[in-house]
Amino acid sequence: MSKLTPTPGQTVGPFYGFALPYAKDRELLPPGTPGSIRLQGTVYDGAGHPVPDAIVEIWQADAEGQVPQRTGSLVRDGYTFTGFGRCAVGNTGVFTFTTVNPGPTAAGAAPFISVVVFARGLMNRLFTRVYLPDNEETLAADPLLSALDPERRRTLLARRDPDGGLSWDIRLQGEDETVFLDFEGAAQ
Amino acid sequence: MPEEINLEIFNADPLTEDVSDAAPEAAPQAATKAVPALDTAAESQQILSDEMKALGDAYAQALQNGAPAEIQPRLDYPPYRSSILRHPTKSLQHADPETIELHSPAFGHMDVHALESDLTIQHNGEPLGERILVSGRVLDGDGRPVAGQLVEIWQANSSGRYIHKRDQHPAPLDPNFTGVGRCITGADGSYSFTTIKPGAYPWKNHLNAWRPAHIHFSLFGREFTQRIVTQMYFPGDPLFALDPIYQSIVDQDARDRLVATYNHEQTKPEWALAYNWDIVLTGSKRTWTENEALGAEGDDHE
Repeated sequence: MSKLTPTPGQTVGPFYGFALPYAKDRELLPPGTPGSIRLQGTVYDGAGHPVPDAIVEIWQADAEGQVPQRTGSLVRDGYTFTGFGRCAVGNTGVFTFTTVNPGPTAAGAAPFISVVVFARGLMNRLFTRVYLPDNEETLAADPLLSALDPERRRTLLARRDPDGGLSWDIRLQGEDETVFLDFEGAAQ
Repeated sequence: MPEEINLEIFNADPLTEDVSDAAPEAAPQAATKAVPALDTAAESQQILSDEMKALGDAYAQALQNGAPAEIQPRLDYPPYRSSILRHPTKSLQHADPETIELHSPAFGHMDVHALESDLTIQHNGEPLGERILVSGRVLDGDGRPVAGQLVEIWQANSSGRYIHKRDQHPAPLDPNFTGVGRCITGADGSYSFTTIKPGAYPWKNHLNAWRPAHIHFSLFGREFTQRIVTQMYFPGDPLFALDPIYQSIVDQDARDRLVATYNHEQTKPEWALAYNWDIVLTGSKRTWTENEALGAEGDDHE
């Protein structure tokens, strides 16, 4: 097969609000479903201000660590866990998802949720991960986390809320800038 | 089909960087009556063009000195003023994608109705403007078709106005045009939309800033690492050289990959002009089984 050069990305711009959001986009499960948790956070810019026009997507394994391959993310039936969610942040930069704790996808793997961030003013999407904070041992063995210095590593760990949910902020720039990922190596 | 448009969900604010005390907005009806006063504090196009030229010249020099061609927009591109506080300043961290990242969410005909690919039939009447057909293929970096995947588009209407409460451009809304479409790619990675050619629209990056006509595209590959949102442009647009978003891709060959091609063969007599645009996602990171490589419709995942 030929090697083709990828098409460049462009900013999502300010006017995705009538296009990308859809009903129950952030509810991978209906809120209140037994076993469901809230994943919440705020997107911040380099001045520490909330970004009101960002859109965050998550993609994750189910509670058993299986990769969902079921359709129905756009038209949720309330029962099928598709593993995908989308949330346009509100005026205060806050995103909220209802989901489950992903299980490890392999024995000993540290469970994480894959995240992609878009915003007005952000030229291209940014990939990152949010790790469940619970198991120090698997986190210590994770290839990505162990490649980071402790200050940077922190930015990928969620906090466990008293209600069992996860809190995790995204900082596009600055002191506690979130670690964003490059899967392409030199090509980026 | 798109649900009723709920204006309350639109919270993006192109007019001001200020989050907390954005001025209350004028009613859109009132705004359409007035031509906005020129913002004398805004920077001129010349200032922006000079900055863009300097960055472009530096890139050309770097190329001559053997630097690799850049294929993506620069995250740090100050002429797009809103990017200044919104780009990472630390290098992206190289990561080997893991299980979940090597797969993509599955979308199918359960998610998207076939009629959603026609943006001209979503209301009672015909939208105003130049009817166009936009089609192409979604391929991965190895040239394999991306079959059964979701393509989403959104755009301004023919007069350059978005259905968005914060878009205060005093150009008419079109009651027969929303500007949102979706489809699921075919087995050969093909997509096709019927729509209206969007107009250029003014924005507040600097004084007299106008975006070239464009259609926003959102794409999924077969691996989440291939996720991309981008914009398709129309050939020969005189605004290209002036636009910091287009120019944030400093390499001309890379920019050209965002420009559709006019196709007279596919143009339908007395009906619509046809444009083609193929989209190439990044290369696959996963070892493919024969079935996967052949491509499958999304609903076959069920």
